[in-house]
Amino acid sequence: MTRKQELRSSNRRVVLMTGAAVVLMFGFGFAMVPLYDVFCQVTGFGGRALQSTATAPARIDEDREITVEFVASVGKHAYMEFRPKVAKMKIRPGQYVQTSFFATNLNRTPITGRAIYNVAPAEGSLYFHKTECFCFTEQAFKAGEEREMPLVFSISPDVPDNIKTISLSYTFYDKTANNQVAQLTTQGE
Amino acid sequence: MSEHVATHDDHDHGPEKGLMRWVRTTNHKDIGTLYLLFSLLMFLIGGAMAMVIRLELFQPGMQFVDPQFFNSMTTMHALIMVFGAVMPAFVGLANWLVPMMIGAPDMALPRMNNWSFWILPFGFAMLLSTLFMEGGAPAAGWTMYPPLVLQTQDAFPFLIFTVHILGLSSIMGAINIVATILNMRAPGMSLMKMPLFVWTWFITAYLLIAVMPVFAGAVTMLLTDQYFGTSFFDAAGGGDPVLFQHVFWFFGHPEVYIMILPAFGIVSAIVPTFARKPLFGYSSMVYATASIAFLSFIVWAHHMFTVGMPVAGELFFMYATMLIAVPTGVKVFNWVSTMWRGSMTFETPMLFALGFIILFTIGGFSGLMLAITPVDFQYHDTYFVVAHFHYVLVSGAIFSIMAAAYYWLPKWTGNMYDERLGKIHFWLSTIFVNVLFFPQHFLGLAGMPRRIPDYSLQFADWNMVSSIGGFAFGLTQLLFCYIVYKTIKGGQKATDRVWEGATGLEFEKLSSPPPYHSFTEAPQVK
Repeated sequence: MTRKQELRSSNRRVVLMTGAAVVLMFGFGFAMVPLYDVFCQVTGFGGRALQSTATAPARIDEDREITVEFVASVGKHAYMEFRPKVAKMKIRPGQYVQTSFFATNLNRTPITGRAIYNVAPAEGSLYFHKTECFCFTEQAFKAGEEREMPLVFSISPDVPDNIKTISLSYTFYDKTANNQVAQLTTQGE
Repeated sequence: MSEHVATHDDHDHGPEKGLMRWVRTTNHKDIGTLYLLFSLLMFLIGGAMAMVIRLELFQPGMQFVDPQFFNSMTTMHALIMVFGAVMPAFVGLANWLVPMMIGAPDMALPRMNNWSFWILPFGFAMLLSTLFMEGGAPAAGWTMYPPLVLQTQDAFPFLIFTVHILGLSSIMGAINIVATILNMRAPGMSLMKMPLFVWTWFITAYLLIAVMPVFAGAVTMLLTDQYFGTSFFDAAGGGDPVLFQHVFWFFGHPEVYIMILPAFGIVSAIVPTFARKPLFGYSSMVYATASIAFLSFIVWAHHMFTVGMPVAGELFFMYATMLIAVPTGVKVFNWVSTMWRGSMTFETPMLFALGFIILFTIGGFSGLMLAITPVDFQYHDTYFVVAHFHYVLVSGAIFSIMAAAYYWLPKWTGNMYDERLGKIHFWLSTIFVNVLFFPQHFLGLAGMPRRIPDYSLQFADWNMVSSIGGFAFGLTQLLFCYIVYKTIKGGQKATDRVWEGATGLEFEKLSSPPPYHSFTEAPQVK
């Protein structure tokens, strides 16, 4: 092989390898999405409670009482009423509790909404188990419809002593409104 | 070897005539020139935007521009300076210097080289066109955090595609540099004999290849969130806006080293020349550069301490960040040791290199302060951060580029620049860059937030001082344009070695200016 051909083939090798690295890193950017979810589940970061269908825990810790607060809010541009049945309750770790939230569509048109939750402090989310919940699924509301949305949860007896209060916060987003408002602001400006 | 000579009997032809020479060129010197002139133009445009910012902040209250436009100015200033001025300037220097420093006739992939330059003007034309669009130019900051950035109106897709184009250009440039350094070195030029500028660019190129695609991915996710109904960062769909910050800074932190590692290489070339001593601790410089590059991948979350993180995470990112001070300290001490007992003279390139060492170190120290998690909660998003990164980018990266321009301009053009004007340029720049940015430390510590067009009355005095420094620094750079123009036009002829203490193939084996095709026969390196 002449030096020129040699150079050409080694250049091709470098381009192929660095090109492969580029493609790989582009993929890695997207892979960070599921990796981040795993990270959040393991550390409780981001305050996402565990969704479990587990059977009732073996024991109820009768010595401790934890205050659970419920917060309900509506997302940007959502014309809805959304409130918890009770603002707070005291429960024992291990005990299964049922409560509910009420959501009303205040629009004169049907909407599709979706509720997202968050647990604070984030560390508490590792011990917060929900067996029945209305989160993350799209909910269709007729015009003016009010609906009760049940929630069943427990707090694991393993919860550390320093956690005395856990807040569960739900935000209701109106997927249909977002688009309309986005269009309105574009025209308005 | 004989075959090599035989196929290259046309090595004396010069450049094509006319304007098409610049469009069609595959010559590394032409492309280097194009990159450098383009970055100078972008430096002036981005600088004009900085003048608008300082004008509005000259006095409290709203004077000249509306807040939306002010935010557009901060956003566009950052994007243009980072991707249009600093990065292309370093790529331009690499184009000119890497082949001449390693004894190669050209870059390894000359056609790709042409392409990686020529897509840049289109990218920036697209970005600048957003200034005239419905809803204005992007105004959510160069970090493009959702959900704010999703409020960008017509400019949004243009912003995303500009980033794609700039990323593509940088990646192609980086691949080219890696191929050149790996395959085109002259016989005898082993890796550990390469000049440090080549080494720092070699490592920078790998950083670019590793992180630019991640950035492209992040903005693509923004694009699909906005137009195709995905929910990567949209809380309503189960996404998390904080995720974007993680992905962005996974790119963003290596990016800031992409903008400083080549500067280390430049200073490592200039200081030994004017101290007339070889560089102290060559191999430790190489290892320090590699360590900085490695550490840059594990410190990103120090940009986002305040968004919330487990305490263990905050501690990890705090300590990892502080660790970077060690290899950086190695470098600074090596430069100082190089000067120790040298016979120093202070021509303009040396002055800029010395300015770099002192002012960049100040910027490094304020970086250490920002690394301390608990105090970062106070400094976050204040003018202290603005002062910090302008010290490392303006009196760091830009000063090194100025130093490089003065140092190699006589080699490139064959003419000496005007030393008296060069010194005036240096002193005015150094004085006013400090008048401009040093008071911003005080403003930040006192709590003035960044990216806001108005401020409380107690910040008025230092803002006025800072603005005066800003206008003067901006005007001083016009002098630089004049000096460059004058040097290209003519002037006292430079010798082949240019500087008494200069070493390296480009000074020892090539004329000033070098022939259009240099090193068509590879030199022997002992």
